[in-house]
Amino acid sequence: MMKGLTNWRLFALMTALLVFLAGCGREEISTLIPAGKVAQDQFNLLILSTAVMTFVIIAVSIIFVLAIVKFRRSKLGDDMIPEQVEGSAKLEFIWTAVPIVLLLILAVPTVYSTFDLADVTAMDSIDEEGNQENLTVNVTSYLYWWEFEYPEEGIVTAQELVVPTNERVYFNLISADIKHSFWIPSIGGKLDVNPENVNKFYLEFDKESALLDDGVYFGKCAELCGPSHALMDFKVKSVDREEFDQWVASMQEEVESPTDTTAQAGEAIFGPDGASCIGCHAVSGTGPAGMAGPNLATFGDRNRVAGFMEHTEENVKKWIQDPQQYKPGNLMPDGKSLNGGEEFTEEELDALAAYLMSLSVEE
Amino acid sequence: MSSLAQKKGVGAVIWDYMTTVDHKKIAILYLISGGFFFLIGGVEALLIRIQLMKAGNDFLSAGLYNEIITMHGTTMIFLASMPILLGFMNAIMPLQIGARDVAFPFLNSLGFWLFFFGGIFLNLSWFMGGAPDAGWTNYASLALASEGHGIDFYALGLTISGFGTLIGGINFLVTIINMRAPGMTYMRMPLFTWTTFVASALILLAFPPLTVGLFFMVFDRMFGANFFVVEMGGNTIIWEHLFWIFGHPEVYILILPAFGIFSEIFAIFSRKRLFGYTALVFATILIGFYGFMVWAHHMFTVGLGPTANAIFALATMIIAVPTGIKIFNWLLTIWGGSIKFSVPMVYAVAFIPSFVAGGVTGVMQAIAPLDYQLHDSYFIVAHFHYVIVGGVVLAILAGTHLYWPKMFGTMLSEKLGHITFWTFFIGFHMTFFIQHFLGLLGMPRRVYTFGADQGWDLFNAISSAGAAFMAIGVIVMLINIVITTVKNVRVGNDPWEDGRTLEWAIPSPPPFYNFAQTPLVRGLDTYWIEKMEGNKKGMVYAEPVGDIHMPNGSILPLIMSFGMFVASFGALYFQDDSKPWTLAVLIIGLAILFGAMLARSLKDDLGFYIKKEDLIEDAKRGGNTDGSK
Repeated sequence: MMKGLTNWRLFALMTALLVFLAGCGREEISTLIPAGKVAQDQFNLLILSTAVMTFVIIAVSIIFVLAIVKFRRSKLGDDMIPEQVEGSAKLEFIWTAVPIVLLLILAVPTVYSTFDLADVTAMDSIDEEGNQENLTVNVTSYLYWWEFEYPEEGIVTAQELVVPTNERVYFNLISADIKHSFWIPSIGGKLDVNPENVNKFYLEFDKESALLDDGVYFGKCAELCGPSHALMDFKVKSVDREEFDQWVASMQEEVESPTDTTAQAGEAIFGPDGASCIGCHAVSGTGPAGMAGPNLATFGDRNRVAGFMEHTEENVKKWIQDPQQYKPGNLMPDGKSLNGGEEFTEEELDALAAYLMSLSVEE
Repeated sequence: MSSLAQKKGVGAVIWDYMTTVDHKKIAILYLISGGFFFLIGGVEALLIRIQLMKAGNDFLSAGLYNEIITMHGTTMIFLASMPILLGFMNAIMPLQIGARDVAFPFLNSLGFWLFFFGGIFLNLSWFMGGAPDAGWTNYASLALASEGHGIDFYALGLTISGFGTLIGGINFLVTIINMRAPGMTYMRMPLFTWTTFVASALILLAFPPLTVGLFFMVFDRMFGANFFVVEMGGNTIIWEHLFWIFGHPEVYILILPAFGIFSEIFAIFSRKRLFGYTALVFATILIGFYGFMVWAHHMFTVGLGPTANAIFALATMIIAVPTGIKIFNWLLTIWGGSIKFSVPMVYAVAFIPSFVAGGVTGVMQAIAPLDYQLHDSYFIVAHFHYVIVGGVVLAILAGTHLYWPKMFGTMLSEKLGHITFWTFFIGFHMTFFIQHFLGLLGMPRRVYTFGADQGWDLFNAISSAGAAFMAIGVIVMLINIVITTVKNVRVGNDPWEDGRTLEWAIPSPPPFYNFAQTPLVRGLDTYWIEKMEGNKKGMVYAEPVGDIHMPNGSILPLIMSFGMFVASFGALYFQDDSKPWTLAVLIIGLAILFGAMLARSLKDDLGFYIKKEDLIEDAKRGGNTDGSK
């Protein structure tokens, strides 16, 4: 037990050292700084395979360097005719057998891990009171944004996934339009989001994202999906279980109208009597899911505008006026067509931005 | 009157090339047009690296960037690498087996012109409303959502050029099976001929799935079929399977001939017989065989389930074994040899570490759970450029130097060749090595821009700088070609002095009938055997000098291909209501095609004979007459 622990510590230390030496990217997104079981398993496979492959490279390099140093014609003279060797059965056997052994070393953890990471049997398990034991999130991808529905809790959010730490979170992935791929590099490998079937897997989040420089993990779309594929980012907030429960509870509450007058004006424009933003964007944490645009209940708490722009009122206003300029090919109409053919005035934009920023479920 | 043609004017030369059925001239056509597309693909690569030079760059717009990456991949694979390799196969393989031409000279020409018009058609998309933008893999859901006609250009262009490649593959198979000189048993065939043989078999088996996929795509887009439309019960994953059942063997269609070229180079420039020839042959066959059993490793993240992923992971790992066998046999070939570092050999030597690096990352990606992280990140971009540039492109550059004297009768400058090698080689590693780390740091592939402060800025800048070096290398090579052609210093039969196989026993370039007398092959490396035994002629003959039957040239292959080219425009715009002329164009195009086919069928073309006296006369003049009747 003790020995196992020290070994593990040594391994952790080696890992930390390796990361330090390699100078390996940002904690929010690097696969080399794993922050969850899945990414850690994959990182271990990376280290194992790199070690095996380094052995291969060294073996080849030694023969290679010796050969091109020892047998140069400039050294041997122009007239030398080498012996015409046909081959060697013994050598052929060696360099067939040794790679097979090396591959077997890789094959065992590969098969184990392939089945382990695909094991979603516990996804729907229920405790004695009939509650689901594990958190499940339904992820739906749309052209350049992500919807996260928590079916058991009855809440919906978008663009920013909120999850509890230190427990297994299960995901159902499906696309509403074309194929995308769901990837949070520092938490675990990707899984495609297909239009025709639900893909399932799990991830674990070891560390609270508040401890990161940016306060969130970075998620990416990893499958080419059109002009704005590069901008189809999402963010992940991992919080401890207590905080997560609080978040869920406040998501489930009724939305209160803003107190600030500018924001109140914004709410009016947002509503059915204004520009009808609400026709596509729900502002309640309870949904519904599957609307044409992302749910905005947590907009004020978010880390980015549209998944990738800095979270400022200025950017919100720019985005509303001309979404195409910032995310080409996305499906949101521009400000002019939303406002019945007229550009929003500066005051209207201010009001909308203030209203959106006031949408918050965090304390 | 002599049956051999005399010197001709420029117009006559162009006409000659348009109608030629001579495998050596078709090889030159492949080399020139493949080289042209290689330059286009290279410019596209440079545009990509300029865009990604720094975070948030706005050099290219998002949509245009996707068009460029799609065309870069498609052009490099289908229109540059494969045709250039087909060019070398055409130029060298018939000479290596002691044949006077390929089995079907007319089809050979048809194959080239189909590829050529398919490639032109695909590239015309730039000027006719936008290029395809769904990646060279053209995944179905994105492809069907793509507006404009880009994807139609892709599907139709590749269908046409795919016909050409398929015809070429069948032709080489028949040639190798039927037209080997007496004594040239299978186990005496040079390795380049062997790899041509296996690659041709792969073409024969791998292109039909692609054709099926492209047909489905064309039907979905043009006639509203619903093969890939999910709402109507279609399935987009089917496209991925069809594409990769073709796509993975395609990688071996490219790399096996590259292995062949390097095998020849190692033997020639070490003055040594290939070590473990038998093992090399069987490794080639095994790689070709396994190549069809691993396609789903491109689809580990699709959600096929752990059983499929585990099986394909293990199957993929197995390929490392025959590939390793090849690497070690090459190393043992140069071991104990007498290595001369001429330009082709420098490429071959540099190929080993480059390809091993690409190979080991391949094994890493075979580990399915690890691949969940690496897939569709910059790691995979680094990996496949290591195998394709580090393997195929180095082979193309090496092959160009090696076979230039045999194809054109002049030697490319060694000095400029070394400059090209060093700039290209350094640039290659600089561009792509760092990309492994970009992938590990979380950068997805096919992104037109990236945000600053994600830890990717420096590595992208280094990668872009490397691309510039590669460009310089290619430019120096072009200069080299121009200078060499202008100087026009002619060389003899065996310019590398250590040639081992039949092609080095005949003049450079060979006469259009290749061998005045069919040679008798007495073993592996037959020319080497004759040289070592002091045979001044370099060959033992299997027949006395006699009349040689040769095929006539024909313009029909070009007309047929042009007919398909025209018909494709009709098909492309068929769905546009604003264009009522499409049906007429479609019919005209098909009429040209079928008319030419009819003409071919009805007109007897019996070829012609080169008279014995003319052969003897020609031999006195040096025996490398280039013309045909």
